Amino acid sequence: MSEDLSEFHEVFFEEADELVESMEAELLDMLTDPDDPERINTVFRAAHSIKGGSATFGFSAVAELTHVMETLMDEVRDGLRRAESDLVDLLLKATDCLKSMLDAAKEDAPHDEDAVAAVKTELEAMLAAKSEPESEAEGESEPQVANEAAVQTEVHQPTEDLSSTQSYKISFKAAPGSLKTANDPLSILSELDKLGDLEVEPNLDDLPVLADMDPEVLYLGWKIRLTTNSSQQEIESLFEWLDEASEVILERVTWPTSNQETSDKTNAQEAESEDVKTSEAATAQTNQTVEAAKPLKPKAPQIEKEETKKPPKNTATSSIRVGIDKIDKLINLVGELVITQSMLTEEGSKLPGEIAEQMQEGLSQLQRYTRELQENVMQIRMVPISNAFNRLPRMIHDLTSKLGKKVELKMFGEQTELDKTVLESIGDPLVHLVRNAVDHGIELPEQRVAEGKPEQGSLELHAYHESGNIIIEIIDDGAGIDTQRVLSKAKEKGLVGKDEQLEDKEVFDLLFHPGFSTANEVSDVSGRGVGMDVVRRNIQSLGGNVEVESKLSKGSVFRISLPLTLAIIDGQLVRVGAQTFVMPLTSIVESIQLDRENISVVAGKGTLYRLRNEYLPLVQLANLFKLSKASNQEGMIVVVECDGGKIGLLVDDLQAQQQVVIKSLEANYRSVNGISGATILGDGTVALILDIDGINKLAKTVAHSITQAA
Amino acid sequence: MQNEIEGNAALDVQRSVDQDGDQYLTFMLSGEEYGIDILRVQEIKGLESVTEIPNTPEYVLGVINLRGTVIPVVDLRLRFGLGSLEYNNLTVVIVVKVNAGDKDYTIGLVVDTVSDVYNIETDSISGAPDFGTNVDTSFISGIATVNEKMVIVLDVDFLALSVTGNDNLKDVQT
Repeated sequence: MSEDLSEFHEVFFEEADELVESMEAELLDMLTDPDDPERINTVFRAAHSIKGGSATFGFSAVAELTHVMETLMDEVRDGLRRAESDLVDLLLKATDCLKSMLDAAKEDAPHDEDAVAAVKTELEAMLAAKSEPESEAEGESEPQVANEAAVQTEVHQPTEDLSSTQSYKISFKAAPGSLKTANDPLSILSELDKLGDLEVEPNLDDLPVLADMDPEVLYLGWKIRLTTNSSQQEIESLFEWLDEASEVILERVTWPTSNQETSDKTNAQEAESEDVKTSEAATAQTNQTVEAAKPLKPKAPQIEKEETKKPPKNTATSSIRVGIDKIDKLINLVGELVITQSMLTEEGSKLPGEIAEQMQEGLSQLQRYTRELQENVMQIRMVPISNAFNRLPRMIHDLTSKLGKKVELKMFGEQTELDKTVLESIGDPLVHLVRNAVDHGIELPEQRVAEGKPEQGSLELHAYHESGNIIIEIIDDGAGIDTQRVLSKAKEKGLVGKDEQLEDKEVFDLLFHPGFSTANEVSDVSGRGVGMDVVRRNIQSLGGNVEVESKLSKGSVFRISLPLTLAIIDGQLVRVGAQTFVMPLTSIVESIQLDRENISVVAGKGTLYRLRNEYLPLVQLANLFKLSKASNQEGMIVVVECDGGKIGLLVDDLQAQQQVVIKSLEANYRSVNGISGATILGDGTVALILDIDGINKLAKTVAHSITQAA
Repeated sequence: MQNEIEGNAALDVQRSVDQDGDQYLTFMLSGEEYGIDILRVQEIKGLESVTEIPNTPEYVLGVINLRGTVIPVVDLRLRFGLGSLEYNNLTVVIVVKVNAGDKDYTIGLVVDTVSDVYNIETDSISGAPDFGTNVDTSFISGIATVNEKMVIVLDVDFLALSVTGNDNLKDVQT
């Protein structure tokens, strides 16, 4: 069975991650507004869902932890305790713990049991510390009802004598497959029997004729009447570990006392209409007042319903979960369709006379639709940047409390969309920059006040689209970057000559130099000087860029610019010999006609080209790549920007500029130096995409000389 | 012509499908018949527009577009050091699924011509011959005799190593 489940693990982890994230976000909001019932409910539901999922998939440690969290939240929900900041902080700690447990479970690695146990003990201590105040007055089973009341707000619950025993009517039908999964319902029945007076009546409605019977399938249901001192929760807990497909309806039966009404209203929203009907039917049958009927174990569709019921905070109205590979396949197919379509258009133009006209019309329609289709399919991969922003408030919360700073975080343009792969890779650099801004940028409250700034620092995140790129700005109103200090530190480290004077922009550039840090103290927050260079490298590897602007004591702006997608680039097609290559348009500075007069060879090896008053290293692609059908008829130099400055690439000819869909070479081959990928051109042939930095490196290591055309 | 070959291969598969034993697709290389497990064969197509890849071994001709996927093609003649033959209209690419490490690759094998599909009982395949250090036979999984002819059964996964770059096959010289 575990094998069957393993394929669902991924879905569970994905869901659990999202739930933990939403739980975290709500908890943070709770620090400022602890009494929002919807918020409390969201946290409760998240804990509950993770508990259910993890129990199903056998991550019992996760289930146990979430169980305690859920219980705590349940008490908050019931108004038994208030979400004070110490409770919220503890719960935040628990979510961290959950995260690490989930991460460990993903890799099949053991989690840090001590840490988990510590958090759990704290939670349990919190749970034990306080549940008396009102609870004594309200009694054991009241919480469930009060919880409904919290959601409904207007339902009044009459007080009742709860010291006496209660009667419960339970309609229980375990999933037909439960026998196969060793979920013996008999054990539940015998547990129930221990709680009090038990009457059980089997429900044989679904029992097939003997011939059709599968001995391993459970056909039975039970109608149970239980009179007990135990609370409803205790009874519910017995049914907790059942399969999703099981149906349990628990009704508390009270004898009509005063003018109590059937509070069907109570159930209307919580329970599915079906369940309401059953409870109504039950009411009619037994002439008793049904107090609270609520399915214990929500069936699968209801879980979905609950999820969509959550206030749509950042996500679109409804969505389905699709594997990224499926989307990639779709993108591939659409790419093929575009190629086929352009081929058809070309062939169509050759047709004679009347047919041609009709054909042309159809073809131009086809073209329009395929283009639209392509745009829409590419759109599927786009996700809002809020997914990356969401993890920041938590981090800032932790940081500020650790550093004793006050920071207000504002986020703008969270709905700005970018490709999922870009999003995944931008998370860490973003966290790093934000952490730096809080640690180095924003001053301590006293210092801020002394400088006439508001005590609370401001940190703004902006995201917006600009000419095919997404721009992310991190703006703080902190101390700014002290260019003099950076410069003297750089001189100290020998990065800059003693007497050199640098422009501000060049000074800021030093921040991204490996091993550079101006922090006086190295903390566990930041200041080790590893990072900024990594940040820049990460961003550059995504085809992006990061810039800094800063004014001393006014603040700093870090601006990240990234391509919207990694799947498509704007390319310049160039011809080298018989082959076409694609150069990323972003790296091209200019293209010039080759003038052989300007070539000079240094020491017979390195070739330089004089462009105006600069000397560029010149790389002959045909030669560097050892192409078999090189033509040696190069006529153009494409000047490109790379790691170490500018280089000139010698090619035969420039061709069209077009967007190309990037395909991996590594999927079926291996990575090739100087090549970042491949694409398929309009005629169906494969063209390789040049990796400019790679070419630069290759040209330095591989001895190659320019062959002069005869 | 591509269709024709695909058609033929399909027919051959059909013809011998109801017999016992594993099926092998055979092809010709320099007059010898080689066989590969037919379950590995994805399709057979004509050799057309290959894009050269820089700085790769000679036997990796380049990459082709297989319905949107970029796959490398390996010339088996060059791979086995059999000398090159001018490609003609019988030259085909056999697209196979291979496995190296934990990864599946789809690669194309360029061969002189496709020959036939045989049922070869596993028992009737004898082990690879031992030529000592003279000839590396690690790419051969066995030798079979079909209709009095010798068929060299190839280990397809070993060919994957040509692609991943962990190929320790000694250069077989003619």
